[in-house]
Amino acid sequence: MAKKAKSLSKKRLHEMYRDMLRIRRFEEKADELFMAGLIKGAVHVSIGQEACSVGACSDLNMDDAILTTHRGHGHSIAKGTRLNEMMAELLGKSNGLCRAKGGSMHIADVSMGHYGAHSIVGANMPMAVGMGLAYQIEGKGQVAVVFFGDGASNQGSFHESMNMCSIWKLPVIFFCENNGYAVSFGVGRSTAVEDISTRAQGYNAPGVTVDGMDVVAVHEATREAVERARKGEGPSLIEAKTYRFYGHSRGDPHFGPYRTESEVKEWRKRDPLLLAEKLLKMTKAEKKAHQKAVGDEMEAASEFAQNSPKATPESALEDVYA
Amino acid sequence: MREISYADALNEALHEEMEHDKKVICLGEDVELAYVFGVTKGLMDKFGASRVRDTPISELGFVGAGVGAAMAGYRPVIEIMFMDFVMLAMDPLVNQAAKLRYMLGGQICIPLVVRTPGGGGVQYGPTHSQVLEAWFMQVPGLKVACPSDPADAKGLLKAAIRDDNPVFFCEHKMLYKTKGPVPDGDHIVPFGQAAVKREGSDITLIGVGYQVQNCLRAADRLAGEGISAEVVDPRTVAPLDTATLAESVRKTNRCVIVEEGHLRSGVGAEIAAAIQEEAFDYLDAPIGRVAALNAPIPFEVELEDYVLPNEGNVVEAAKKAFGVIA
Repeated sequence: MAKKAKSLSKKRLHEMYRDMLRIRRFEEKADELFMAGLIKGAVHVSIGQEACSVGACSDLNMDDAILTTHRGHGHSIAKGTRLNEMMAELLGKSNGLCRAKGGSMHIADVSMGHYGAHSIVGANMPMAVGMGLAYQIEGKGQVAVVFFGDGASNQGSFHESMNMCSIWKLPVIFFCENNGYAVSFGVGRSTAVEDISTRAQGYNAPGVTVDGMDVVAVHEATREAVERARKGEGPSLIEAKTYRFYGHSRGDPHFGPYRTESEVKEWRKRDPLLLAEKLLKMTKAEKKAHQKAVGDEMEAASEFAQNSPKATPESALEDVYA
Repeated sequence: MREISYADALNEALHEEMEHDKKVICLGEDVELAYVFGVTKGLMDKFGASRVRDTPISELGFVGAGVGAAMAGYRPVIEIMFMDFVMLAMDPLVNQAAKLRYMLGGQICIPLVVRTPGGGGVQYGPTHSQVLEAWFMQVPGLKVACPSDPADAKGLLKAAIRDDNPVFFCEHKMLYKTKGPVPDGDHIVPFGQAAVKREGSDITLIGVGYQVQNCLRAADRLAGEGISAEVVDPRTVAPLDTATLAESVRKTNRCVIVEEGHLRSGVGAEIAAAIQEEAFDYLDAPIGRVAALNAPIPFEVELEDYVLPNEGNVVEAAKKAFGVIA
């Protein structure tokens, strides 16, 4: 059960709840548009993992960076990515964030410090090393947070990047969302350690495992790691144990054959939104107000995206220089 | 004009560009002491440990770090000790550096240079002797430079560092100690401009990278047999200046393309296709191609010599274009 953090006011907790709800509703809307055939390709929703996104970004400034993954809508929204243009990108419109070149798996909003969803699993971690290196040279106290899953912790890039950040004491936070599955491969079978956070020991960096359904716990862990990074003390590894309530992607059933309905049901009892509502002792009126505001925002984003002009085929050759 | 070595010319370019722009940083294995090839020598002493850093042996990690530093507004120059090791860093180079500007709808640029020596002739065997420019010229989003002499090494590297987009910069082990004239001052060679390295009237020899030197040696021998060979160097294979190559062929009516990579899907295939498109009516003979034989580059000196192209192969191919079969 979540505990109230000293560093968070009630107002701030309401804002964090609101952000989690925005992620939930954005992805439900994206799912709806995907099922209606308006979004093509692949959409990987993070429903169930919202506390990770919001907690991890809760202590970041605009000029701090995030680098995310194929399952990155939540991180994007938590970092302040413009919703209308993000939805337009999902629909392949000319005014989408990536001009219809990237789609759901490559969302970026550099103006908000969002340096991209990188859909090659593990590819974003070396980039975080380089961003951390640049920030260290700049000396302005900026940090980079790189998100990845349990699966990516088995990529060489994770190990190379942790080591480099540690030897150079770079301001990078490695944020692992352990949702239990690399597509269909359970973490117990894919990964030699029970807690991925223990891998930090191999790189002489602090590693901590937190309840990824508890936005306050995630916030607390991230705040410490960010503080350490800003002070020039180097990287940290945070493992948030979490769960995706939906399948790997929209082509994937919600349960099985790799997981059971009862397992999903158990995790849903610890829905990060429910936990936050309990913590806040949220009234029905407060909840309704959040839902109304977020619902309107998502309807507007959906309308904006649907009414935006399609990208022209010829625009496929823009931003090509060689 | 003063004469300096290819390695020293590259070193000068790095010193000048690090002086010119404090966003230029150097990363790689052994870049601090530079005792293997010497290209980065003196940089750490002059520009300090924050801008010039030895990396662990983590090619994926440090090439990816170059991409990240470029995203954050720096102009990293990454050294890969041997070109063969780039295979460990294909993802950051091909999936990320080449695509990010495009994939993010123009929100960022990746001003990254990955410089690396390729090539055989030093008996390092199959995994330390390859030249791979043909692979990278196939990737939209990567520029590929192959300087063949000290002046171009300096001028192209300076252009690469100032470029806002990623460049794969192919150096050659056999060239590092070669001396040649290098202009004083801010010598920059723009990408996409081929150079005529020797004028001639009977046949065009197009060389890539170190093979330009074999073409020049072959041209000397051909002159002794009454054949005037023009040697043209594309200098960058992406972008590729097909206009200058075709112009030379329209003058000489014959052409041999020489590269050190393998024949199959090589740079020469691309150049030959361009020439037949732009100068088909001017060709008096089929376009000849010289490249490494279809085998990994072996260790033992006679085996290696057998597989790699040499000036004799170039002379033979040139004579074949005149109907002389050796």
